[in-house]
Amino acid sequence: MNMMMAFLGWVDDRFPLTKLWNEHLAEYYAPKNFNFWYYFGSLALLVLVIQIVSGIFLTIHYKPDASLNADGIPVAFASVEYIMRDVEWGWFIRYMHSTGASAFFIVVYLHMFRGLMYGSYRKPRELIWIFGVFIYLALMAEGFFGYLLPWGQMSYWGAQVIVNLFAAVPFGIGEPLSEWIRGDFVISDATLNRFFAFHVIAVPLVLIMLIAAHIIALHEVGSGNPDGVEIKKNKGPDGIPLDGIPFHPYYTVKDIMGVVVFLMGFFAVVFFAPTMFGYFIEVPNFEPANPLKTPDHIAPVWYYTPFYAMLRAVPPMFASQFPGVIVMGAAIVVLFFLPWMDKSPVKSIRYKDMRTKLALAGFVISFVLLGYFGVVSASPIKTMIAQCATIIYFGYFLYMPYYSRAEITPSMFRAPLVALYSFVTLGIIAYWWGGEVDNRITALITVITLVYTAYFLILPAYVKPAVVKAVPERVTK
Amino acid sequence: MSEDAVDKDKRRFLIALTAATGAVGAAGIAVPFVKSMLPSERAQAAGAPVEVDISKLQPGELLIVEWRKKPVWILKRTDKNLSDLSSLEAKLTDVTSAGSIQPDYAINEHRSREDHKNVLVMVGICTHLGCSPKHFPDLAPAGFEDGWVGGFYCPCHGSTFDLAGRVYKGAPAPTNLVIPKFKFLSDTTILVGDDSEATA
Repeated sequence: MNMMMAFLGWVDDRFPLTKLWNEHLAEYYAPKNFNFWYYFGSLALLVLVIQIVSGIFLTIHYKPDASLNADGIPVAFASVEYIMRDVEWGWFIRYMHSTGASAFFIVVYLHMFRGLMYGSYRKPRELIWIFGVFIYLALMAEGFFGYLLPWGQMSYWGAQVIVNLFAAVPFGIGEPLSEWIRGDFVISDATLNRFFAFHVIAVPLVLIMLIAAHIIALHEVGSGNPDGVEIKKNKGPDGIPLDGIPFHPYYTVKDIMGVVVFLMGFFAVVFFAPTMFGYFIEVPNFEPANPLKTPDHIAPVWYYTPFYAMLRAVPPMFASQFPGVIVMGAAIVVLFFLPWMDKSPVKSIRYKDMRTKLALAGFVISFVLLGYFGVVSASPIKTMIAQCATIIYFGYFLYMPYYSRAEITPSMFRAPLVALYSFVTLGIIAYWWGGEVDNRITALITVITLVYTAYFLILPAYVKPAVVKAVPERVTK
Repeated sequence: MSEDAVDKDKRRFLIALTAATGAVGAAGIAVPFVKSMLPSERAQAAGAPVEVDISKLQPGELLIVEWRKKPVWILKRTDKNLSDLSSLEAKLTDVTSAGSIQPDYAINEHRSREDHKNVLVMVGICTHLGCSPKHFPDLAPAGFEDGWVGGFYCPCHGSTFDLAGRVYKGAPAPTNLVIPKFKFLSDTTILVGDDSEATA
């Protein structure tokens, strides 16, 4: 024991091991009132580890090569088949990796929802939120690059569609940009090789650095909690927050409980439904890429579909589908501004009024609806509903300065925003009126959207501001 | 000013100068990395014209060949197909193909060479987001209102095109399908990707 302590001392004189351990675990005081929603940060870290470990072992056997082998099968596709059939436990490692991709997004979406509910993005945690949005972006890039690697039909045509989004940029930039991304005039071996490089080294490095920044920023300001009370404002004589408990052992033990439950679900999918009925691995991806034939129905993997539905919902304007690309991009970019859009005097949804709760519910419903419409093939009525859901998605953010504010104050943007939203909504009626969709349905859906705008933008901005409840001094049980 | 005193203005100037020099260097070193991602010489060279024998192609039949790794359609249209084209004008986005990509000799209603009006040669890649549309010679694709006279339907985002590759109104695709350079080497042989010294 003395030897051990002596060794630790030797290390501590040269590297701050004990200091790091204490700062981030044993003496990192987290609020004592974390609930269910606070599992998903540590679970995301767990999934990251699963992805890195399974990914390393996949690269040992995988070959990023689109040329055809002696049997006329692309080498990349054949190497994935080889992993599945001939490599010892290869199927298990690959299914862990493919299930891990979806699990990552499930966990991250729940983690972000927690942030929206409890105002985790509010001052002084703006940078934690912004790093988080960058992590989300990097994760989407990582998933996209990875999906090309099996070189199946869906890999190929999915990449074709997404890279062509960049080709839609106007002013003669788009075409060269898409060629620069592909390294060729079509998706080809050059594209596969570079996507492999991005997927296994470039994006993971960025991801790990961002996650480090996310956690360093979190441990600098301290964790939030479901009450939105700053525990550092109530410290005991020893300087320790009265409502804080050391992360280790209290939350490490709690998180192990979450890990156990999560792994039960995770491995149930890996073992019993690895393709998740075509949602985690799409059926056409079991066919090698064929540049001459598009599958009958192509859709991105489920975690991108809300944004894909927005892209499809925006009709081409000025002989270009760039507006759709802008809307899709804006749906992500708007997240960065969230910390400055919430004007509520309180952080947590517990002390906000019904209007904020309804806005969040509307946001979640529209996100899920858009996710659904992105999976199924388009039809006029689905496109119209997707347009209205897009309005509600953006409304959650853009109306927030109005419905969250507890007093009516003049704002330069209020009237133009009201005008813009009324214009877009009425534009939707005009676009569909007398078309393929029954006018009664058009009218009903548009009225719902107008009522939404009236209730969340016009009413709070001009008539009735938010009413918040008093926040207690200390965290509640 | 004593010997040891620091001239802060000078120091600030030197820091700015060093930073600027470094920035120029960083921009310079970025060029080879960024350019290395462009299509390589080999990728640019791979684009040889493709010769296609159409002697066995029946009227109404579609042949798909690969050119520059893209699907190229060769469709022999029936006389009815050709006469249907003029009836569609009100339903199309770019009737005259003014905003679309094709060689000059294909800027006409049937979007093909005048001496072989019935033969359509077209890149089978949707101008929306690059999927390959499907040939619907008879049955209308789902969701299309009455009056389908044959054409193409993109499964990805539902764009519809007539049998000259002209896009229907309301489709997400902004322009008509692309016509590549091509020429007839004989009545039954087409060269896709080259139209120099075209036989008349």
